[in-house]
Amino acid sequence: MATTYQLKRADFVFKNENDWEQVLSSIIRRSPQELINELISSELKGRGGAGFPTGLKWKITSELKADKKYVICNADEGEPGTFKDREILQRVPYKVLTAMAACGYVIGSNEGYIYLRGEYKFLEPELLKVIDEFEYFCKEINLDFKVKIFMGSGAYICGEETALFESMEGKRGEPRNKPPYPSTFGYMGKPTVINNVETLAHAFTIFKYGAKKFYDLGVQYSRGTKLFSVSGDTPKPGIYELELGMSLQDFVYEFGDGDTKAVQVGGASGFLVPRKKFADTAIGYQGKLTGISLPTGGSMMLFNSSRSMFNVLDNYLEFFREESCGQCTPCRVGCQQLLIGIKAVKRGERPATYLDKLLRLTETMQYTAKCGLGQSVANSFSSIVENFREEMIY
Amino acid sequence: MSPIQSLIKDLADQYGRKRESLLPILQGVVEQEKYLSEYSMVEIAREIDIPAAEVYGTATFYSFLEVKKMGRFIIRVCKTITCSMKGKSQVLFAIQDMLKIKIGETTADGRFSLLETNCLGLCHKAPAMLINNEVYTDLTPEKIREIISDYMTK
Ligand SMILES: Cc1cc2nc3c(=O)[nH]c(=O)nc-3n(C[C@H](O)[C@H](O)[C@H](O)COP(=O)(O)O)c2cc1C
Ligand code: SF4
Repeated sequence: MATTYQLKRADFVFKNENDWEQVLSSIIRRSPQELINELISSELKGRGGAGFPTGLKWKITSELKADKKYVICNADEGEPGTFKDREILQRVPYKVLTAMAACGYVIGSNEGYIYLRGEYKFLEPELLKVIDEFEYFCKEINLDFKVKIFMGSGAYICGEETALFESMEGKRGEPRNKPPYPSTFGYMGKPTVINNVETLAHAFTIFKYGAKKFYDLGVQYSRGTKLFSVSGDTPKPGIYELELGMSLQDFVYEFGDGDTKAVQVGGASGFLVPRKKFADTAIGYQGKLTGISLPTGGSMMLFNSSRSMFNVLDNYLEFFREESCGQCTPCRVGCQQLLIGIKAVKRGERPATYLDKLLRLTETMQYTAKCGLGQSVANSFSSIVENFREEMIY
Repeated sequence: MSPIQSLIKDLADQYGRKRESLLPILQGVVEQEKYLSEYSMVEIAREIDIPAAEVYGTATFYSFLEVKKMGRFIIRVCKTITCSMKGKSQVLFAIQDMLKIKIGETTADGRFSLLETNCLGLCHKAPAMLINNEVYTDLTPEKIREIISDYMTK
């Protein structure tokens, strides 16, 4: 059954608005409680992948007593096929900074960090200038808030929030056990709000235009707009802001090259959707959409019929094997064995039924791995192997 | 004091002598030296007073903190899916052909090192690569020849 939603373009995030000073001034004239309510009623959910309600996140941390709290902007953007956060920081950095300061004001924190991946080091000089200007203005309106940039050094896993804290604390980027969650025990063990770059940019929109404007876009459970990073076999790769809830069929109609065989939704840790399921797949958070509803950090990679799905899976698994932090056995050994396994099947050294064994291994990883990296390998592995089994064998 | 010792001291003055200062200090040394020698890791450990093994353990976790001697220009070619679909191999061939080195090697004159890396976040302009912190996108063998020739004179 096809969903009835068409692709709806929007233009909030990148709209150049030179009024962040007014927006910030009006934010701090409102009470923290009012701002939290605004966010909660917008139903904004985290755009970094996990989809936790942003208003609730700020609320939890705001209610805790602590001598120090932190606001962190997660700009580690490492998921294959995602490149929107870089563009936000390049084009509208002041929106992100304004939302960080708003968060600081709401939760009672005067210290913000942007964790910027090492690959984006070239953004640093310009960003530092904007931060200078921003801090100057904060001082003018008597808002005590400082922002520092913390550079990453090439590790996908540091995008995972607790690994990111470890990294900032000068250690190996190995995820911690959860709970405790960052809201209560984050950077330096202090209550911390960590948000994706895009989440913060949307918070700016919500504070500026009001929750309703945002809430009226999208569909139930998936409100607002989302940036999509479109790449692969498409005539128009790039970044597009679309309302949530669209059907994948409509998406492919707009962005496909006429020969789209499959779309990888959500990057290597997301799902591969084959052509026959386009019509039944909607893009949004879990909820009451017809058919399958796939959340996404915004990575949409299109593959046409010239692509071998074996090569695609092989590439993902190599990525995971290299980026696994190695802390827990199911993920460390699992990723290695999956890679060895599919190659052995391809070469005919193992029977086709070995793929089922590998599928069970990914299931084990899903249940036993410590963090989202190991847990989500099953997503792409099973969706590729189950839908393109012949390509794995012959 | 050796030049590296004074670099490390300067970095520690700037970032502090706490465990949280470790990454910025390591990055500062790599920015200058392109890699972390055993000597500099031991010096960093001494400067901020933590075990050298901790410094080594942390440094080796991060793919941009090299612990092997590197060239002045580190080329990192993206090998993740979109770049790999859009002609990464031809790009690599062109570089290898010009520099006569394989992936993981450094030219004899110590000028270039060639590495592969994971997603650079430039998939819409694939194939892409970094040379030190500079970004190069929409690469073709012809473009590679221009870019590398340019660096050869630097
Ligand atoms: C392996 C892994 C990598 C992640 N990488 C990122 C990332 O690069 N950027 C990001 O914002 N969130 C990333 N996340 C999600 C974060 O852990 C966290 O949920 C997010 O930063 C919260 O912000 P949000 O609520 O605004 O989405 C990653 C999670 C996992 C498990
Ligand atoms: S699942 Fe993988 S990346 Fe996550 S903690 Fe375990 S080994 Fe590390």
